[in-house]
Amino acid sequence: MIFKKFNIENKKTRDLIPQVATILALLSVIIYFATNAQINMGNRGISFGFGFLNQEASFDITFSMIEYDGSHSYGRAFLVGLLNTILVSVIGIFFATIAGVIVGVSRLSDNYLISKVAEWYVEIFRNIPLILQIFFWYFAALRALPLPENGINFNDISFLTIKGWYVPKFIWTNFNIFLLSIIAAFIAIYFINSYATKQREQFGKQLPTAIISLSTLILVPLITFLFFGVSLTFEYPVLKQLSPTVYTYEGGVSIIPELIALALALSMYTATFIAENVRAGILGVGKGQKEAAASIGLTKNQILKLVVMPQALRIIIPPTTNQYLNLTKNSSLAAAIAYPDIVLVFAGTALMQTGRAIEIISITMLTYLTLSISISIFMNWYNKKMAIKEK
Amino acid sequence: MNIISKPSKENIKSYLPIGITLVFLSLLDVFVNAFFNYNLLGFFPSQISYFSPLVFGFIGLYLIRIEFSGIRSLDILNKNINSNNFNAFLTLLTLFILIKSIPPLLNWFILDANFVGNTKEDCTGDGACWVFIKVWFNRFMYGLYPDAEQWRINTAFLILFSIVGVSFFVSAKLKKYFILFLIFIYPFLGIELISGGGFGLKYVETAAWGGLSLTFIISAFAILFCFPIGVFLALGRRSSLPAIRYISIGFIELWRGVPLITVLFMSAVMFPMFLPDGTFIDKLIRVLIAITLFEAAYMAEVVRGGLQALPKGQYEAAKSLGMGYWRMNVLIILPQALKLVIPGIANTLLALVKDTPLIFVVGLMELAGMIGLAKTNPKWLGMAMEGYVFAGLVFWVICYAMSRYSQNLEKKLSTER
Repeated sequence: MIFKKFNIENKKTRDLIPQVATILALLSVIIYFATNAQINMGNRGISFGFGFLNQEASFDITFSMIEYDGSHSYGRAFLVGLLNTILVSVIGIFFATIAGVIVGVSRLSDNYLISKVAEWYVEIFRNIPLILQIFFWYFAALRALPLPENGINFNDISFLTIKGWYVPKFIWTNFNIFLLSIIAAFIAIYFINSYATKQREQFGKQLPTAIISLSTLILVPLITFLFFGVSLTFEYPVLKQLSPTVYTYEGGVSIIPELIALALALSMYTATFIAENVRAGILGVGKGQKEAAASIGLTKNQILKLVVMPQALRIIIPPTTNQYLNLTKNSSLAAAIAYPDIVLVFAGTALMQTGRAIEIISITMLTYLTLSISISIFMNWYNKKMAIKEK
Repeated sequence: MNIISKPSKENIKSYLPIGITLVFLSLLDVFVNAFFNYNLLGFFPSQISYFSPLVFGFIGLYLIRIEFSGIRSLDILNKNINSNNFNAFLTLLTLFILIKSIPPLLNWFILDANFVGNTKEDCTGDGACWVFIKVWFNRFMYGLYPDAEQWRINTAFLILFSIVGVSFFVSAKLKKYFILFLIFIYPFLGIELISGGGFGLKYVETAAWGGLSLTFIISAFAILFCFPIGVFLALGRRSSLPAIRYISIGFIELWRGVPLITVLFMSAVMFPMFLPDGTFIDKLIRVLIAITLFEAAYMAEVVRGGLQALPKGQYEAAKSLGMGYWRMNVLIILPQALKLVIPGIANTLLALVKDTPLIFVVGLMELAGMIGLAKTNPKWLGMAMEGYVFAGLVFWVICYAMSRYSQNLEKKLSTER
């Protein structure tokens, strides 16, 4: 009876064999690696565990957004690196999006010169390895900047020097109220827009939503300045002589050249890919759509807002999110120019000091993995929501 | 009244010469300013003379914007760069920036640059010091590979390129054997030739390999291995067997979710921990495995796109002919699916080539790494600009050629569907 069940002609059995074989092979590889790792770690006198995260790190980080010095723990150093990664990614994504949209739209311009310049921008920056671009900006271009004493002066407000870019520091009072007011403004805009949509769909009335939204966004935070005691002053960087030949700036915020080079290279490189997405998205909206919209009497702006953009965005957004993710992962190249991101701080310095290769590399990879997977889950949800429901 | 009327065919005789003169004047002003550093309109106050080319050019372009002028070249010009005020403004701005940026670039690259000499002291001009590239050229190409043995790398690549070159001109039947030779025999031959150790060739350790040739070696091997692995992973991800499907998904998403640099770190510091004590795998091989697995995951997703795009009828037709899983995939599905995703495959291979400089994190130095080494040489400090511009140009030529080739291939293979 049992023998009959395991007949090779049986489809179920036939399907089972390769699966069991694969799982067994995978398991044996994992067990082999794990036993080796255990033996190796035993030889070096270290045991697997994450307790080291609480130990004192005793190394300094050149650039940190939260309070940090050598007396803080490895866990704190990890957080500093993670925040720096997020910082450079956000800056890069911001500028890459702006540049990408401009270049992408320019490529479709009916002006021959503009479209050619945009095309060559894409061809040049897409085909040079990102790491070379980072090296170029950091080791060649930014090194050509002047010393602090003759830094490039922007109206005495900010200074660009070889040691970084010194910008004014914002000093807020009651910043929380200001932040809340901005959030309130956005909520208000959301309700205004949904009200306007309802009005349009039910009564065919057009409300000037763009102007109303913009004025809400400006007016609400402005009111907090007048009535709720929010105020903003600036602390400007000032040149100071340390020794007869060494100068530096005091006050303000210093943006380190590593951050500038990295953000510049990341955004210029990623912008080429975003530009191609934008171009494909706009081209992907059929001509018939525009003509149909025009023939039912929509104005040029309405066609763009109600017909072209919703369809183009559906094509543009998924690959562009992918590019954002790529940018975030590419920011790990920071290690090449010593920008203290998570790879340099954690997988570099901390690993050298503790020798805990397995734990640290796993944490680093898991951090990126969490980021990627959460974004792709979000994207799947978004795609499902935005998919055209065909009848 | 006539003088301010809209430019049209009636007043073409008076408007066209004035317009052309104004545009010419504005371009000439910028040109003279950029090339000879002389301000033609300097007699104006500085605020005016700064913007005068723009104003002149703008008025000039407005005057020659004549619809249906009857002059063919003028119509083409108007349509392409001068269709409305905004376009005219953009055109002028682009032209000015282009003209302005030519002299400094020309000076740096050629006119003020130094080409002769053997040391840094021979570079006296303000421009680029191409002597640096000339002196280090050998290192940039071959890394620390011994000079006397470099003919071996040359021979290996010569064989590769000549086989690839010849295979374009032979018949399809012979081509098959050429490809089989390239995939199954050539890699061993090439590695034997470059690393040595047998046939009376001196052994050269992989730490000495480097420069552009290392970029090619790594790219070639990674391409060779990542493609079949990628295809298998793609098939696995679409398999009906749950265990194989989930393992494939997990494998693909694991590699796609992390940056290559952490994978290389892993191969350098974490992987040796997983091996029995005392075993040592060469650094280059570890890096090759890491890059191959990493790119294979991306390749798998590209191939999966092709598999999904195939109509279901193809699968059903193959099955109804009584084909098994492997015969169906090899003979019917994959040839069509792969053809669909040639651009994607080419992009992945392009990304692979662009990723090779990252091997600096494990201490291997290809072109970018060698430049990093050369620019920190005490005798050649301050040569970063020349080095990276050179490396950028080299990589750009390679990648641009690849992307162009893939575009051509796509056009050639595209079939009506």
